[in-house]
Amino acid sequence: MDYMNRKNKWLLSGVALLIAAFHLIPFYILITTALKARGDFSSKWVFPNIMNFANFKEAWEMASLGNALTNTAIITTVSAFLLIVFGSLAAYPLARRQTKLNKFVFMFFIAVMVIPPLTALVPLYKLVVDIGMMNTLEIAILNNVASFLPLTIFLYSGFIRSTIPRELEEAAKIDGASTLGIFFRIVFPLLKPVTASILIIACVFIWNDYQFAIFFLQAEEVKTITVALAGFFGENANRMNLVAAAAILAVLPMVVLFLLLQKHFVKGLASGSVKG
Amino acid sequence: MVTLLKIATNRQPNTDSSIEVKRNRKKRQESSLWWMYLPALAAICFFIFYPFLNGIKISFTNWNGFSQSYDYIGFSQYARMLKDPDTWLVVKNTLLYGVGSTILQNIIGLGYALLLNQSIRFKNFTRTIVYLPVIISPLIMGYIFYFFFAFQGGALNDLLVFLGLDKINALADPKVNIWLIVFVNTFQFVGIAMIIYLAGLQSISKDYYEAVQIDGASSFQQFKNITLPMLMPSITINMVINIIGGLKLFDVIISLTGGGPGYASQSMSTFMYDLYFNRQDAGYAATQGVFMAVIILILSLAALVYFKRKEIEA
Repeated sequence: MDYMNRKNKWLLSGVALLIAAFHLIPFYILITTALKARGDFSSKWVFPNIMNFANFKEAWEMASLGNALTNTAIITTVSAFLLIVFGSLAAYPLARRQTKLNKFVFMFFIAVMVIPPLTALVPLYKLVVDIGMMNTLEIAILNNVASFLPLTIFLYSGFIRSTIPRELEEAAKIDGASTLGIFFRIVFPLLKPVTASILIIACVFIWNDYQFAIFFLQAEEVKTITVALAGFFGENANRMNLVAAAAILAVLPMVVLFLLLQKHFVKGLASGSVKG
Repeated sequence: MVTLLKIATNRQPNTDSSIEVKRNRKKRQESSLWWMYLPALAAICFFIFYPFLNGIKISFTNWNGFSQSYDYIGFSQYARMLKDPDTWLVVKNTLLYGVGSTILQNIIGLGYALLLNQSIRFKNFTRTIVYLPVIISPLIMGYIFYFFFAFQGGALNDLLVFLGLDKINALADPKVNIWLIVFVNTFQFVGIAMIIYLAGLQSISKDYYEAVQIDGASSFQQFKNITLPMLMPSITINMVINIIGGLKLFDVIISLTGGGPGYASQSMSTFMYDLYFNRQDAGYAATQGVFMAVIILILSLAALVYFKRKEIEA
């Protein structure tokens, strides 16, 4: 604020910088750990004289990170796509047609959000085994889509109700457009801000998912990045340098994306946690 | 976490005018367009609602998780749960994770927001750094801190040795490691609290401050009488989000302590996982799941109602 004097301003800037430094410590340690050679037991606080990038190559191959990143990318992209298509489709009648049935279905979607996903884990696991979908990318996609659909529908229907003018749709209707035609050609393009938020929520949470993945994706060829890393850590706990390198490779894509699209991330994730 | 956050927010804009009502009546004769939400409804019923109901059913059985047959044993699992000392240990831990992280995240998040809302240098840089861990998997965040706290070759012990002190095995000490879990969870998600408080602060009109500054109110009085009451909606949201996130804690426990030593740092989520996959006790795991749902529901509703009431008072 303007009444702050210069001295205070410098002091507070210093405090801000200290906070940032404090929050960077774990990442600094992660980097020095990953860069040290196998037999190097020097303090983790000291940056290595010779940077050893071999850990990254070895971790990439040993933990099959390439395969894990591909799986994670497939699950995240397909889930996000399905969330957007089925979520926006579902939200439209719930926002526009206030029939008794629609009001009930909307309340049902809201109520489902209250169920903590883990509490249904035991029967869900049984269900997945029964339908023979263990260790398939499809089941990870379906689970993620189902668990994020209520939120997606909630965000979309709130947005349609509050910002999309009915007149547009009614004009199109008079021109004889079909409901689906009206939806995809007129309404959907106007939903861009929510679609962006949902994409970011889906990307961050589905990319980082471990709770579903650890139960349903245990086979080598379907492992996601978190499952691969947990397994790699279990087998190589005494080779910290290698695990640290793997951890850096695992978080790098999301960190880069975040730094590039920071504003959108903060806004999108906030609408995932709070609405309005 | 996201899912839980929504509970707090089921206000819908109420736009009904008389014209709207008439229009709706007309629409009702047309159709509900229910086929548009059929795929979503099917997915949610099949993968969330049906397993949830089935979980309640399994909690009344002695199913071991893999055999084809099991018996209904009434409330036996519930009686067993209430008598099991492990239940109360993990409930205690879960509450500590939930309540502890909530208090810390809100105090620190509010402090950061107040500081970084000033026109000072490095404010955008610091915001970015504080927020960064939010987008990292909690599992990996746990590993990152493992490198820090590990007994053998951890950064903390490197520092202690450098200072001439004894090494500590923080992750294996049950008195310490539960607090480390609270710390890591707070460290990771304090950025969300900070951002919500920043948005709250920016929505407070400067006029209020100017008005009381004329009356000579001190900065503390301004904070107490204007900032805090005006921030009540942000506080409600943060409390509810954080308590639900903390109560569901799973990934970071797996990577930081594995729930150990023994069951010392298990949460209800990790306990349930252990019962099902390591002890073939699926019926009991389902019972714990129902119990956990009840606890989360009660606590998040209590937090919601309590802070909503405060909002109205303020």
